[in-house]
Amino acid sequence: MLYNDPHPLEVKIVTKRFGLPNSASLDTYLATDGFKAFFKAMEMTPEQIIEEVKLSALRGRGGAGFPAGLKWSFVPRNSPLPKYVIINADESEPGTCKDRLLMENDPHQLLEGILIAGRAIGAHKGYIYIRGEYRYLIEAMDRAISEAYARGYLGKNIQDTGFDFDIYTHSGAGAYECGEETALLDSIEGKRGIPRMKPPFPAVVGAWQAPTLINNVETLSAVPAIIRDGAAAFAALGPPKNGGTRMICLSGHINKPGVYELPVGFNLLRMIYEVGGGMRNGKKLKAVVPGGSSCPLLKAEECDIPMDFDTLAKVKSMLGSGGTVVLDEDTCMVRFALRIMKFYAHESCGWCIPCREGTTWLKKMLQRFHDGGGQKSDIPLIGELSKNMLGRTFCALGDAAAMPTISIVEKFPEDFEAHLNGRPCPYAHAAEPVFA
Amino acid sequence: MSDINLTIDGQAVKAAPGTLVINAAKQVGIEIPSFCYYDGLQSVAACRMCLVEIEKTPKLQVACTTPVAEGMVVRTESPTVREARKGTIEFLLTNHPLDCPVCDKGGECELQDMTFRYGAGESRFVEQKLHVDEQQWSPVVFFDAPRCILCYRCVRVCDEGMGVNALGVINRGAHAEIAPNHFDHLECDECGMCIDICPVGALTSGMYRYKTRPWEMHHVGTICTHCSNGCKTTLGVRNNQIIRGNNRDQSGINGEFLCIKGRYAFDFVHSPERLQSPMLRKNGALEPVSWAEALSAVAQKLKEVKARGGKFAVIGSNHTTNEENYYLQKFAREALGTASIDHHRTGDVPTLLDALSGKTGALATTDDLYNRKAILVIGSDLSQQHPFLAFQIRANYRHHNAHIYTVTAGPVREQKQAVRSIMTIPGQELEDVESLRDQLKAEPELVIVFGDAIKGDGVHKLVAFGDSLGIPVKYVCLVDYSNSRGASDMGLSPRLGPGYRPVSEPGLAYDEILAAADLDVFWVVGANPLKQNALASEKAFVVVNEMFLTETALRADVVFPAASAYEKNGTVTNVCGEVQRLKAGLQVMGTKPDLEIIGLVSKEMGINIGIWTHDKVFDEIRTSVHGYNIPLPIVASGGAAQTTPVNGHVPASSRPDLIQSSRDTLFTSGSLGRYSKTLSSVLEAPGGLYSGERP
Repeated sequence: MLYNDPHPLEVKIVTKRFGLPNSASLDTYLATDGFKAFFKAMEMTPEQIIEEVKLSALRGRGGAGFPAGLKWSFVPRNSPLPKYVIINADESEPGTCKDRLLMENDPHQLLEGILIAGRAIGAHKGYIYIRGEYRYLIEAMDRAISEAYARGYLGKNIQDTGFDFDIYTHSGAGAYECGEETALLDSIEGKRGIPRMKPPFPAVVGAWQAPTLINNVETLSAVPAIIRDGAAAFAALGPPKNGGTRMICLSGHINKPGVYELPVGFNLLRMIYEVGGGMRNGKKLKAVVPGGSSCPLLKAEECDIPMDFDTLAKVKSMLGSGGTVVLDEDTCMVRFALRIMKFYAHESCGWCIPCREGTTWLKKMLQRFHDGGGQKSDIPLIGELSKNMLGRTFCALGDAAAMPTISIVEKFPEDFEAHLNGRPCPYAHAAEPVFA
Repeated sequence: MSDINLTIDGQAVKAAPGTLVINAAKQVGIEIPSFCYYDGLQSVAACRMCLVEIEKTPKLQVACTTPVAEGMVVRTESPTVREARKGTIEFLLTNHPLDCPVCDKGGECELQDMTFRYGAGESRFVEQKLHVDEQQWSPVVFFDAPRCILCYRCVRVCDEGMGVNALGVINRGAHAEIAPNHFDHLECDECGMCIDICPVGALTSGMYRYKTRPWEMHHVGTICTHCSNGCKTTLGVRNNQIIRGNNRDQSGINGEFLCIKGRYAFDFVHSPERLQSPMLRKNGALEPVSWAEALSAVAQKLKEVKARGGKFAVIGSNHTTNEENYYLQKFAREALGTASIDHHRTGDVPTLLDALSGKTGALATTDDLYNRKAILVIGSDLSQQHPFLAFQIRANYRHHNAHIYTVTAGPVREQKQAVRSIMTIPGQELEDVESLRDQLKAEPELVIVFGDAIKGDGVHKLVAFGDSLGIPVKYVCLVDYSNSRGASDMGLSPRLGPGYRPVSEPGLAYDEILAAADLDVFWVVGANPLKQNALASEKAFVVVNEMFLTETALRADVVFPAASAYEKNGTVTNVCGEVQRLKAGLQVMGTKPDLEIIGLVSKEMGINIGIWTHDKVFDEIRTSVHGYNIPLPIVASGGAAQTTPVNGHVPASSRPDLIQSSRDTLFTSGSLGRYSKTLSSVLEAPGGLYSGERP
């Protein structure tokens, strides 16, 4: 099902079948250009496919924004071990809810993308690692996979092309950390999900020690369109080096929250006021989390920017996974920081010291602070402890917890000051907090 | 490949490619602190203490996973680095209880040391700490989760080092905890490696906990008296009581390895059943008497029997020192005039030496098991019977990818690493070894480790097989106890004198002694032959040197209370022929070392067979026993020196049937094991051989 109506400003590439009757069925898919890209890819050499993806300027949609074609090219051509394509569908970043729609509404587009990726790197097996909480999507994907097998779009000698490919779903068990690609690999191997040391990178030593390509659902869902319609058309949608569209998960204090497919580089303010229907109840904009809870926040006056990887990097934030959360003037930033830190303290895998102890300490401290037990010295300490985590943890989870916290303390010190001396939270009257 | 040049703290360093920065720094004496990095175990980069500054790299890097690179400039103590470490320590201490004053680890705790070095004087953490109650996982392993800093050393040493994999991690974030393999308890080797390797006081030992502070003990490095592997164990002794056994200084052949026996099974020393006074049979019952009375009773009897040309027999020990064994056989041969002397033979060492006649360097050391490229194990469950040799082989596999072959009568732990393992039927070992010929031929070198399944002619056949491979082959003949090898070398044998010198007139062998109906005097030193056999001679006057009232001691007319290996000085020879020094750690009131007992008896008899101090006897051994002319400084300084083999024909025993291992497991140790509370208290005791992996 869909949760919001489409908006005219959207550019529908990966979501073009959303809203069609039976959009998840293979028949609908085949009737709307489905598997055309696959047959085209079978005519191309693996090198040509990778070149095409490189030219499309497609960047990873999971959060890091790494150029997809480049990642594909890292997988060694010759390997004594079988290679794997693994799809990271462990979508757990607070504020992000796009992959679920892609799997629910257009699963065959993802399957086609996997086949093309398999063809490009020489793999014959794929695993879709689906977040444990998305139980219904495991069933949805399994249905789509069975349908594809039954109609010869998966399995041995797919559609007489001579290409074999098998796809399996694999359930996560409720750990945010398993969205980190190497922790995902450990989890898929049946181990405790903790990140691995890099290098070696998964492209060289991945699942079961074999070369492995790991891509996000949205990334691979974009691949059929790139191959079918050509890289140039896709690249042209966004600014240089930022090809195609992004599914923006617009949430928070706006009138029309939802998932909108917009070209990379779409202006953030227009996103809020035009696509999102403006601030709810006519309130003033206070801050925006541009791409999921790990990203440093933007103050209202910083929001007149195009949403692309490089511009956001310039303002010291990130495009991340497309989870754009809009906060209005009634938001208590201490409470917001606390909510984020609760999440990271809960999700820290515990492997390394700074993240394990830092997130828990900050959680306890922010809780005390918000409850009115804060001291003036706590304010710089929150920032300092976050900086003690930043860049010193094993994986990026510590950074993800530290970055928004640092930005909140730096950009909204007045919210912290207002809680001092046992004063009650000045925003206690506010209707609904986000991330409740 | 040529060395890589880099700079660490301004010092030029040369290191082999692939060396980790933390080790390169160590080469020039710079210590980069770390909790999780541990030599020989896989790097996990979890503790973030070893962060260093590397020029041209924006973020601090972990020195335990970063390999050296040409021209790299590393700073290990810059202000940024010190600040980062201070931050890490601060994080660590947030949930760490500050119970150092009662913690076992206080004084030798790595977290304490690091806090002194980098930590803040005052805590900024004012929130509530997490608490989890202490858990007991086994009689020897306790776990106090709040103290744990999650460095995963225990998990790795159990998995990689021991091959047991009994520890894991549960929960996540600040609630992450180390957990045992069976919900609330451990079923494992009970080796205690996890306790030793723990940098803090999270894992503590059932024997040691809350008994003392480390600085109140004195530490005595000696050799474990149980199996034949000869591990060095450092006893922590306080008030004449052994409280702890470990080997944290990593000296000795075993580094820090110890099994349950070396680490905990010293407790028989303080058994309430320990004999502390000589006993003399009066009116049919053994009664405590003075040393003078017991010595004179024995001396008189011996003199009397000797005078009338009576029949003597002596059975020596697999645990007593080389000096005692040498002195005992000298006493038997010279003072009593008998060649009827033997011991419980557990491996066919004489035949191996005979078969290797003319070869040099064919006896493997414990080090060879770690360094040689291929190992063949025949007829032994090494992880149970020879835990240190098994540890060496496992480490060899992990670090050097050694090829391991096993030919055993049942599943063994080594199979997990083996390139090929054959389950054999006892008696068919050699046929099955033959089937490995082609594979073994392709190896560059080989060490063959064999147990009592191969004896007599079988040993000759095995060596002939080794010769036919055309590659350098070394051998280890497995024997059971701490000085089984020494007993054989020192000539506790009716046919072979010290150094395997043939005896012109052989005496009675082990079974013949027990079966002889006309024995007049039977002297048993540190052995329990009457546990399974009866003594045929009813009239025999039986003298026993023992620590406990064993079956044999109960038959005695005189029992001398003997000192254990932990209460005396001397040397022992391990399974690989490596001689190491015993150092007395304590005295148990009323006991005397066997050397002194024999010396006092001979003095009482008025016979002089030489001074009975251990160093004088060792001097004599060095000059008169073949192979024992080893460099004195090595032994004196606590090292191990391998004896050189007898390079000539050894008239090996014609009685392979006497060679029989006791088949002790990790949790049994002959008669000694019965008096170790720890060994009998663990859930796994007595264990079994060839049961493979524990579930």
